[in-house]
Amino acid sequence: MQPVKGREQTTQTADRYQIGEVMNQLRTLIVDDSSVMRKIVERSLRQAGLDLVEVHEAGNGAEALTVLGQHQVDLIFSDINMPVMDGLEFVRQVQSTKASTAPVVMITTEGSESNVMQALSLGAKGYIRKPFTADQVKEHILPIVER
Amino acid sequence: MTTTESSKTPLIVDQASWKALLELSAQEVFEMMLGCRIAPLADARTPGTTDFTAMVGLAGKLCGVLSVRCSTRAALLVTAKMLAVPIEEVEDGCWDALGELANMIAGNFKAKLSEVGSHCLLSVPTVITGADYQTHSLTNGAVVETTIEFETLPMWITLELHN
Repeated sequence: MQPVKGREQTTQTADRYQIGEVMNQLRTLIVDDSSVMRKIVERSLRQAGLDLVEVHEAGNGAEALTVLGQHQVDLIFSDINMPVMDGLEFVRQVQSTKASTAPVVMITTEGSESNVMQALSLGAKGYIRKPFTADQVKEHILPIVER
Repeated sequence: MTTTESSKTPLIVDQASWKALLELSAQEVFEMMLGCRIAPLADARTPGTTDFTAMVGLAGKLCGVLSVRCSTRAALLVTAKMLAVPIEEVEDGCWDALGELANMIAGNFKAKLSEVGSHCLLSVPTVITGADYQTHSLTNGAVVETTIEFETLPMWITLELHN
């Protein structure tokens, strides 16, 4: 499960969010067992002003590791609660196998402090709790992708 | 609202405040993720069966099942709103959208319970489609239920808890 989408949507909000100050033409991987949520995350990232040139998708951590073996990405977003391999184990394996050096941001309903601390201790660079707005995504993501 | 201080302390559910928290949790999810407002329906009857039932299990200090039930029309509208597409363009994915909706409401609800919620885990959602079925929960504790109005359509949100 790894469709690559072109830049079918231009970043109309780029100027508003001063996209010139952040990384352009981002290659992203979105990991979530819900295809609807993957689309919502992608839309929110574009609304937040990110210039996504490639969007790869995976339904769980194991699929995501396969994608990372085939494609280089700049930014990874991952759910925690997923079948087969959950998001925490995925982050652990990305770090231990050096599957990618891209920052991993968790986007999940599991928002307790212990979950956040565990994800960050495993190497995640950010944490967004569902439900979220595009503004919240921007607030959490832009510091990570700023050059 | 009363929260437990240890796992051995029985969970005491204040029906009124928990129902208000459940409604607030749902309202926030609908506003942030679907871009629309919902309101509690005061005198709506609980249906025997609905076309869609999405369930999320809770385990830990808060143990039970949260379910979201609705008609096919409501499920289509939820999906269309989540994907930001016209309802005519929704081909499939209603079960997926309903599962995520239940997951976010459950997660948002437990996040509001501080001590109890921080020691509670959610399952991956399960969604039943079709009208000819009955669900039988093995929970034996409190039931917190609310009916909301979404785009003039009723949706039922139920939290069934173990003692």
